[in-house]
Amino acid sequence: MNRLWLRITAPVTIGIMMLALWEAAVRVSGVPVYILPPPSAIAQSLWVDGPSLLGSLLVTLRITLAALAAAAIVGGVISLVFSLSRIVEISFFPYAVILQVTPIVAIAPLIIIWVHTPFLALLVCAWIVAFFPIVSNTTVGLNSADRNLLALFRLYGASRAQVLWFLRIPTALPYFLAALRISGGLALIGAVVAEFVAGTGGAETGLAYRILEAGYRLAIPRLFAALFLLSVTGIAIYLVLDFISHRLLRHWHESAAHQEEE
Amino acid sequence: MSDSIPSDAPILKLSDVRKRFGSGVEALAGVDLSIGRGEFLSIIGPSGCGKSTLLRIIAGLTPPSAGTCELAVDHAPGRIGFVFQDPTLMPWSTVTGNVLLPFRIGRRNGPEARERTLAAVRAVGLGGFEGAYPHQLSGGMRMRVSIARALVTNPDLLLLDEPFAALDEITRMALNDDLLRLWAERRPTILFVTHSVFESVYLSTRIAVMSARPGRVTADFAVDVPQPRTRATRMSTAYTATCDEVSAILAKAIAA
Repeated sequence: MNRLWLRITAPVTIGIMMLALWEAAVRVSGVPVYILPPPSAIAQSLWVDGPSLLGSLLVTLRITLAALAAAAIVGGVISLVFSLSRIVEISFFPYAVILQVTPIVAIAPLIIIWVHTPFLALLVCAWIVAFFPIVSNTTVGLNSADRNLLALFRLYGASRAQVLWFLRIPTALPYFLAALRISGGLALIGAVVAEFVAGTGGAETGLAYRILEAGYRLAIPRLFAALFLLSVTGIAIYLVLDFISHRLLRHWHESAAHQEEE
Repeated sequence: MSDSIPSDAPILKLSDVRKRFGSGVEALAGVDLSIGRGEFLSIIGPSGCGKSTLLRIIAGLTPPSAGTCELAVDHAPGRIGFVFQDPTLMPWSTVTGNVLLPFRIGRRNGPEARERTLAAVRAVGLGGFEGAYPHQLSGGMRMRVSIARALVTNPDLLLLDEPFAALDEITRMALNDDLLRLWAERRPTILFVTHSVFESVYLSTRIAVMSARPGRVTADFAVDVPQPRTRATRMSTAYTATCDEVSAILAKAIAA
């Protein structure tokens, strides 16, 4: 059997079986909808509330993608600076770690007070969560250039810029892309958590606020529908980043080259 | 004695080269060695005798702790070629991209550089694989790419650090013959580090034997096996007798 086909059908079959089991369990046991709605009720809510939920999803998605882009750019630049100067890396890296280990829920209120534009405040929160894996991974990548290749570059009289451009950056690319896939999910989580704390995204409401609202109103099927949209979005972000990574690395990196041979 | 070798002025002269690492390990204890232009000199010795360190000092990648290393070679980049034990290729570059590297670094990326790159790729028998990536090649082919890259600048001095140690016997023999052919065609001076007696006798015009760490040259002699070396050479009595001799000298060097 075709491997790709199996990779799609097997999880989908499991998913359908789980949903059927869930539906049956809820119907047989008579659990009220406001505790655990059956999949059919969630699907109905998705259909009815879909358009307005999609609008909210777009708000959350905009924050997520902007934060991810900012994390990739700022994280990449910080890593470059770190790789150029060991003393800068030693001096600043601990602060990047501090920023990373501080729970975003704890600092989100501060950021929301300090940054007046709601969109920007949420973006900053999501960025803080997303940027560390990129800095951490890319810095390792930039410092992982093959020692003999470095010697060879020296032998041919390469400048620092050439070593960076021809050797360090290509070496770091797989590290950066692996980090980007992690940060994609983290940016989404950061955006949602920040909106939970903020309570509202201002004039526009994101999915997190819709989840809160649905909870208050005991509109549990709608809460599940919003959750469903969030996970689909997370998966989509991952798949897109995975695709980009694969396109960029397929010619040479083990992670992608092997898949190509399958 | 072997065929006359043009060796009027030495291309490389090492005088009492010593190397002690920061860790306190003494790698080289006074190496004296002089190499004539166009020679194929093998350095053979037990593992860890500082052969690689010596090559790195000659290439200018590591400074010696004491002693001098005089090179009668332009200090312009590309006058020295270096082949490591691993192919040391950039996995993200094609065969052409890897061989072109010395030119790219030297900002000589023009049509002439491309032409010479393709010629070097063909010279090592990789015509048709110009666009292949290293992971698509066998170990022997990767080593050929590495040799092409070292040769592409037409260096005066070619340093090889156990380049065939990781290859199987058949590939190794084929690459030995290729290296001899390339040497005959272009006549660079070759400094070849190996721990294989057979390889050193088959390839070189001269052999320097190094002692165990801290390394120094304990024997230095011309190889009395007629040129050109071919497959038949491996069966000749001159070859086997020389291998015997070198083995004996090497055994003494290890024991010393």
